[in-house]
Amino acid sequence: MIHIVKRKEMPFAHAMAIRFGVIGLALIVCGIVTMLTTGLSPIDVYGTMVSGAFGTMRKTWILLQETAILLCVSLALVPAFRMKFWNLGGEGQILIGAFAAAACMITLGNSLPAPVLILVMLATSLLAGGVWALIPAFFKARWNTNETLFTLMMNYVATQLVAYFVIVWEVPKGSGNIGIINQSSEAGWLPTLMHNKYLLIVLVAIALTVAMYVYLNYGKQGYEIAVVGESPNTARYVGIKVNRVIMRTLVISGALCGLVGFLLVAGSAHTLTTSLAGGRGFTAVMVAWLAKFNPFIMVGSSMLLEFMSSGAGEISTIYGLNHSFGDILTGIILFFIIGTEFFITYKVVFSKKGAEQHV
Amino acid sequence: MFDFLVSFIPRAVVQGIPLLYGSTGEIVTEKSGNLNLGIPGVMYVGGICGVIGSFLYERSLADPSQMNAALGILIPLLCCLLGSLLMGLLYCFLTVTLRANQNVTGLAMTTFGVGVGNFFGGSLIKLTGADVPSIALSATSNLYRTRLPFAAGLGWFGQVFLSYGFLAYAAIIIAVLVSYVLNHTRMGLQLRAVGEDPATADAAGINITRYKFIATCAGCMIAGLGGLYYVMDYANGVWSNDAFGDRGWLAIALVIFTIWRPNVSIGASILFGGLYILYLFIPTGKDLAVKELYKMLPYVVTIVVLVFSSLRNKRENQPPESLGLPYFREER
Repeated sequence: MIHIVKRKEMPFAHAMAIRFGVIGLALIVCGIVTMLTTGLSPIDVYGTMVSGAFGTMRKTWILLQETAILLCVSLALVPAFRMKFWNLGGEGQILIGAFAAAACMITLGNSLPAPVLILVMLATSLLAGGVWALIPAFFKARWNTNETLFTLMMNYVATQLVAYFVIVWEVPKGSGNIGIINQSSEAGWLPTLMHNKYLLIVLVAIALTVAMYVYLNYGKQGYEIAVVGESPNTARYVGIKVNRVIMRTLVISGALCGLVGFLLVAGSAHTLTTSLAGGRGFTAVMVAWLAKFNPFIMVGSSMLLEFMSSGAGEISTIYGLNHSFGDILTGIILFFIIGTEFFITYKVVFSKKGAEQHV
Repeated sequence: MFDFLVSFIPRAVVQGIPLLYGSTGEIVTEKSGNLNLGIPGVMYVGGICGVIGSFLYERSLADPSQMNAALGILIPLLCCLLGSLLMGLLYCFLTVTLRANQNVTGLAMTTFGVGVGNFFGGSLIKLTGADVPSIALSATSNLYRTRLPFAAGLGWFGQVFLSYGFLAYAAIIIAVLVSYVLNHTRMGLQLRAVGEDPATADAAGINITRYKFIATCAGCMIAGLGGLYYVMDYANGVWSNDAFGDRGWLAIALVIFTIWRPNVSIGASILFGGLYILYLFIPTGKDLAVKELYKMLPYVVTIVVLVFSSLRNKRENQPPESLGLPYFREER
């Protein structure tokens, strides 16, 4: 007779040790999979991955920047997830924020002084992302419309909206691309700090991590989010206006996604494409969940996923394989971690027939 | 107008068939209470497994055009079903046996599945050391695209109703069958009970785990066929990375649009297929940009349906009650 018992709260250090052990195990499996498909020795595989991620100063900075961006998206989604509101619309909210920033750069690029322009871009991006998330939140709050599916659909509406404007603004006409915006004037580009064009985004991510931790754990609003997430009825009973909390939280969530869009356009890509968000809205869901919605652990989980994708990218470049190899490895690691949670939350008890009264 | 419909409808249908497979599969899955967001990945895996099977089979022959017709169809079909089944088993193992979060598992499966599709699609030639420039399985594709011999002689009737490969008709038959099973058999009733209220169903003696496993795996296999249809029939046996696009998500949208009814999905997926390519037929002149806005239509329509079904709040139009929630018997 096998049955499953919920564990008492496992010590935090113990649980983290299990998770790291599993990540190690998953890396071994990834090595074996790579070996089977490419015929390389696992040590070469890991060596290539590490040099792909940290090989040069520039690669390290790119990894840090990518981690920072993914981390920001995850931080944006966390308040919604703590409320058990499945915001799968990060992708669309990023895109719409990027769209707002690019729109300001293109239409106002020549008429406003640079600092004002950047502030205007920031404000419109935050607003656009917030509104994009508020729409599903409003329907969820008023009529309990399924938010998972609604936010998912909003992604594609945003994609097509961007596709429309990419053609409207394409340079040169007929190319289907916007190209680098304001290449000569650099209007609306974020400044480089200490001659390092990656540093600013990393600093924003660090600040946001701390701010989000404080907001969720030490503020009244963070508390309200937690109560609504655990039980909307309890929240109503203690006088929390559930509808307002849902909408307010989603505006914050969407606005932060919009911020990421702003960072992508103004800080790194300097252009607008439909694939600008690059699946981060979905990857961030997994980053946040892996970290149990703890902002500081999310630093580690986003770093892990970005390391995997840049490392696998290096493997595919060197051995002439397709770049999607990284997605396969990421998938394997995710499956391992997803599976582990069960053994952290529950334990399996094997009991013999005669011993059952003791259980 | 008539000529327009005769040329438009067949194109809408071939666009709609992968969506029909995907949505039928997802409906079966969701009826058991599992919200499988891995369907886009499963459809990629289904497609690429069929491609791998047929690629290896065609390469093992001296002259692929002389291949055995039955094997040429069965090998990709079985590979596709097997690949999709494995994805379904993985999803069930994680969400049902290990009680993992369904959204996270589904998204991970989509990442993984799309990765598998694009990786093998892009690297199959290098991995097998073949000396062909690209994956073009024209011999297999010709088998899948075989039409009824007399269809071409039937004018517009043949073009609208008989100009498709056998997988297209199979999609419609499967949708009708699934609809019948869900609504008119004991098995379907029990499956719906599992999706609505697993605790009650459990108390009535229904094996929840078994129903969730079977429904999700069957759903994945059906959805995987959509990927196979796309590459073998629609794309003439040519695999190109990311060509399948966001059709998997569109299939999930269809599930809501049809309010969880596979028989409605037959018409609806053709409608969505039509909306997907409508921009090709609307005279916009030189304004290419507007076409992008037309591509938005299927998603906007889905959102409107989602909102209205929650506004009207009719009980038979709601998602399965326990959709997305794991079931722990111990936590009742």
